[in-house]
Amino acid sequence: MHSYDYWLILAFFAVVLVPAPFLGRFYYKVMEGQRTWLTPILGPVERGCYRVAGVDPQAEQSWQKYTLALLAFNLAGFLLLFAILLFQDHLPLNPQNLPGQEWTLAFNTAVSFMTNTNWQAYSGEASLSYLSQMVGLTVQNFVSAATGLAVLVALCRGIGRKSTKTLGNFWVDMTRATLYGLLPLCLLLALYLVWQGVPQTFAQYVNAVTLQGVDQVIPLGPAASQIAIKQLGTNGGGFFGVNSAHPFENPTAWSNLFEVGSIILIPVALVFTFGHYVKDLRQSRAIIACMLTLFLIGGATSLWAEYQPNPTLNNVAVEQTAPLEGKEARFGTTATVLWSVTTTAASNGSVNGMHDSLNPLSGMVALVNMMVGEVIFGGVGAGLYGMLLNVLIAVFLAGLMIGRTPEYLGKKLQAKEVQLLVVTLLVMPVGVLVLGAIAASLPGPVAAVSNPGPHGFSQLLYAYTSASANNGSAFGGFGANTAFHNLMLGLGMLIGRFGYILPVLALAGSLAMKKTAPIGQNSFPTHGPLFVTLLTVTILLVGGLTFLPTLALGPIAEHLSMGF
Amino acid sequence: MSTMIRPALSLLVLMTLITGVAYPLVVTGVAQVAFPDQANGSLVRDADGKVRGSSLIAQDFVGDAWFHPRPSAGAFATVSSSASNLSPSNPALATRVIDDANKLLVPGQGPVPLAMVTTSGSGLDPHLPPAAIAYQLARVAAARNLPVSTLQQLLDAHIEQPLVGPPVVNVLALNIALEKL
Repeated sequence: MHSYDYWLILAFFAVVLVPAPFLGRFYYKVMEGQRTWLTPILGPVERGCYRVAGVDPQAEQSWQKYTLALLAFNLAGFLLLFAILLFQDHLPLNPQNLPGQEWTLAFNTAVSFMTNTNWQAYSGEASLSYLSQMVGLTVQNFVSAATGLAVLVALCRGIGRKSTKTLGNFWVDMTRATLYGLLPLCLLLALYLVWQGVPQTFAQYVNAVTLQGVDQVIPLGPAASQIAIKQLGTNGGGFFGVNSAHPFENPTAWSNLFEVGSIILIPVALVFTFGHYVKDLRQSRAIIACMLTLFLIGGATSLWAEYQPNPTLNNVAVEQTAPLEGKEARFGTTATVLWSVTTTAASNGSVNGMHDSLNPLSGMVALVNMMVGEVIFGGVGAGLYGMLLNVLIAVFLAGLMIGRTPEYLGKKLQAKEVQLLVVTLLVMPVGVLVLGAIAASLPGPVAAVSNPGPHGFSQLLYAYTSASANNGSAFGGFGANTAFHNLMLGLGMLIGRFGYILPVLALAGSLAMKKTAPIGQNSFPTHGPLFVTLLTVTILLVGGLTFLPTLALGPIAEHLSMGF
Repeated sequence: MSTMIRPALSLLVLMTLITGVAYPLVVTGVAQVAFPDQANGSLVRDADGKVRGSSLIAQDFVGDAWFHPRPSAGAFATVSSSASNLSPSNPALATRVIDDANKLLVPGQGPVPLAMVTTSGSGLDPHLPPAAIAYQLARVAAARNLPVSTLQQLLDAHIEQPLVGPPVVNVLALNIALEKL
């Protein structure tokens, strides 16, 4: 590692940690409708939205109504996007005259963007019109992140409030999250990215003649605006096929720093937002400590693994340094590893290098990050509500150990809550192991694998893990654009998204109705190092052990077979 | 359910107008005024104003008289960009690297820089590490009848060293400068 590698890591942590307490407080004020410095500009827009939609911003919803509103909105968004993708050839802003998507691919893509997964079985520059990218995908990038944020604040209110039946208003939460939470940051990042070299134009592709006289088509488009939200909204769906490895999508080391920082900027801040909701910032610091611990363990492992030269090239007359296949020269090893760890810790899924070509153990860190449910910072909203489920499980386990009714912040966890927690524990195993096993046992679907040996199994495992975790990154050689995988992975994404959202909202509703018991001498404190340790171990055991056998068959077998 | 339909549909339309239409238009408007060069693809034009490429997109260069960029898994195709996605354990990767290294090896100059025999993530990587350009100096100098020291100076002038990333050389920019020597 060189000095610039250390500078990058230092700058990364500065970008995501320094603004977090301020941004977290800002999100609390925004979501609770308090006045901020943006209110004079965005307030009229917000009120206009409610007037047109016939929404009373003061009217609160029960958890059932909140859920119904969320589902109605997501269904409408899915149908609109599905239609745009199918019929883009009949719609405007299609200067390259691209045809409509085949229906299983359109289904997969629409589900993928509605669920904040942004798995892409297509290449943007070759198959999507500007209208599909902008009016179709960009919109779902915003509102799927806003949906995650809405679910999180509903859970925060459930924990923070007492003896109430209501959790807030979904329409209001979604609107505020989009307008105040995402748009202003996206504007800033988009313009910064254009400055660094990302295109932003509606002109058609440019025909160039290279220095040696060969024809070259330069693809363009309104890229920066979409790339900003795909990073900040933990979406990850690239404007170009190779995502942020593309020099137009991520032109410099500096654009790379801010793109990778943007992945977890909001998720880190939201941990502080939670602290404001429960009026106890010590809880935020404990959760951040656990997330940072897991992030650093993964990051250090991945860096160590990726700096090992490829042993199969030991006797070849090439430099014996960290592998560069699938990496961009302007990023190098450290930036590629940092991105791969961050994008899978969060449910982002964008890449700046090809994960398929990572060394086996660095690829495994990416897999493990997703398998534990993307709770290490995680997606916008989704990461923290996933983490809070783990907190409740840890509290429950602690309760069993000390033989007392488990309590979190004065709320008793009873049979109903624990049942809902168990449902969420089943989401990743069902999505990865059941759907993955079906795919792995059929000869047709297995043909999507492009690399031989254990790595081939890793490719399939990665695809189903990525879909179920709503990540969207891939071992890109996997030929996912078949009817079978489009539909199965689409199903995995739906299970992975709503398998969490529905129990989380039910849990929020159930917790909101409870009285808050005063926190006494005998309560198990959830902000000290003891609890952070318990939480970290819980995540690794519950999430990790379920998948250990599959890791042994994939990346671990590959690592051992290569003779590192 | 019917009470959900109006807000769902009208907010979807409103969000589409705000985030899908107004937001990209505002970004485009500001970008076209503030950073017109970058917003339109960082195009490189010759003296006649003809577009010869983009400074961010790699071009293939063949022949001894030019600096070669990294090999491209997608044969420098821009629509669409692609990577090899070869796993480190895939024998096809080792075979390709060995073949290419044997062709590129210059006796007395040490092992071949890894960037010259590995394909990038985008297939359009416009850069090389300075060492990979230095490895080609003697070949280009001989083909152009130029002293190596001249090319070394050209290389030194083209090294970009950001604080938070590795040093790189833009191969297209270097070749354009080379042509003007």
